[in-house]
Amino acid sequence: MNRPELLSSYNYRSDGRRPTEMRSLSLLLSQHPQADGSATVTHGLTEVMVTVFGPRESKNKAGLAHDRAVLSVTLDVPVFSGVPGGRRGRSDKRNMEFTSNIKNTFEPVIQTHLHPRSQIDINIQILQADGSLLQAAVNATTLALIDAGVPMSDYVCATTCALHDSTPLLDLNSLEENDLPNLTVAVLPRSNKVTLVTLETQLAVERFEEMLKMAVEAGKLVHREMLRAVQNRSEKLMRAIESVGGGVGGRPDHRQGEERDVEMYAGNDL
Amino acid sequence: MFTIVSPAPRGDDLEYTTTRHHPSVKDEIDMDIEEQGGEFGEGPSRLASPGETITSAQAFMRGHGTYVENEDLVSALTGTIERVNKLVSVRALKSRYNPEVGDLVVGRITEVGPRRWKVDANARQDAVLMLSSINLPGGVQRRKLESDELQMRNFFEEGDLLVAEVQAFFADGAMSLHTRSLKYGKLRNGHLVMVPPALVRRLKSHFYALPCGVDLILGLNGYIWVSKHVKQSEQEGEEGFDAEAVYSNKNDDIDVATRTAIARVSNIIRALARHSTPLTDVLLVEAYDWAIDQDISVKDLSAEETSEAMVAAITFRA
Repeated sequence: MNRPELLSSYNYRSDGRRPTEMRSLSLLLSQHPQADGSATVTHGLTEVMVTVFGPRESKNKAGLAHDRAVLSVTLDVPVFSGVPGGRRGRSDKRNMEFTSNIKNTFEPVIQTHLHPRSQIDINIQILQADGSLLQAAVNATTLALIDAGVPMSDYVCATTCALHDSTPLLDLNSLEENDLPNLTVAVLPRSNKVTLVTLETQLAVERFEEMLKMAVEAGKLVHREMLRAVQNRSEKLMRAIESVGGGVGGRPDHRQGEERDVEMYAGNDL
Repeated sequence: MFTIVSPAPRGDDLEYTTTRHHPSVKDEIDMDIEEQGGEFGEGPSRLASPGETITSAQAFMRGHGTYVENEDLVSALTGTIERVNKLVSVRALKSRYNPEVGDLVVGRITEVGPRRWKVDANARQDAVLMLSSINLPGGVQRRKLESDELQMRNFFEEGDLLVAEVQAFFADGAMSLHTRSLKYGKLRNGHLVMVPPALVRRLKSHFYALPCGVDLILGLNGYIWVSKHVKQSEQEGEEGFDAEAVYSNKNDDIDVATRTAIARVSNIIRALARHSTPLTDVLLVEAYDWAIDQDISVKDLSAEETSEAMVAAITFRA
């Protein structure tokens, strides 16, 4: 078998990274004009766009909860994205597992009790796939929810970790993901809690702790980048809003006020 | 002899501040901040992010957009930290419309129900317009009859646009609207533009007649109605509220010049919204004049370069 070497004897991975090196990360917010919130997250060659609509009136009256907002997650996997396995329908088992993972990850983090009888729609689009899809989707969903102004108790930062012999590898590409036992971990950096762990293969128990710890550490790194991206976008937004100056209507009101004052004084004296 | 006294500009008002305080309160707050060692509320650190500790929950009260965890007051939103005395809240920079009683909103009927309409007003739930909170044809004083309940679609149908005021809230937070004023009611002769609600602030008046022959209704929910100008006298006939005119579904004749003006204003609003520029009538008039000056066609206004140039030109002047 002519399998690619996943970790060379010089400790380099197939794409030239060190074992604990993550792929280049780019976080873009507010790109979608119609959505209430949106984010595009790129981990190396994996690119995922998430749009959030809501909280808004629920279309489906049966699924409505009287004391909280409900989450509805949909996943689009376009053919060009390069996700193996060909075309997937909405009711595909893999899609359903993916969306329920996202839903269960975010339900305890979003303060749903603040918006009773409404629905938050999260739409995930895989634009390009090269491993670690769940990680990218969780990170993009966090940013899109923040962009939409949905109250959350914390950021949710996801990372993937695999084990090659006895070396843990971070942020997997599809080659590594297919061949190595790997787990996806989502952490809440404030409380250090873990909201999501998935592991689909067998793994030695004694290695698990090490991998989990490493993934949690990496999650905090992702958190730092997210904070920066959000700060950047917020400052930009604030500058734009303040660029008009004097608050909206400040100028015309002021001018009108002056004129009215002049009239009043004149009237009094005449 | 008399002298003309114009009010001196107050320094504080030139800068946009989200909350204004009476001077005495302000002093107190300033002192408070000093006592706190300037923990927050200063210059660039006004932004909070989810999971960020703002201050201690023992010294302060939890407001909107915050929660308490282990005696810490923590932000749940990305936005500006606001403080009124001991109450700390975080206001999101961008979110759905947050209704308040007395707000003017533009909405679209989504559902006709028993004695009520459901109205989409860009909020977290659809608003409710009760049959008893609209003006019924035949005079302001008329009471609703059973026959009115059976012909509700003669007043508003699914898809109709209307302008209304927020009257009250229900227990679950949904808002109740009313159109019991001649200013409010069904909308026609125009075009709906949707922008983020944060770009429309509370103003003295939300009805504007622009000099280009276009009327503008700035709904606080970010829905903006751009329509043909209606003369004041036609708008308010005394008692002259006939059902035909108020609940009519037919547009008046609109000439090409007015249509062009409506389209131009709509495109300007969209372009400004894309650049997160708050909307005022002054700004819109300036943008309109700029577009005419530069001889930019209506459709070119939506081009990225043009809108950038426009935003740069008018915010520089404003």
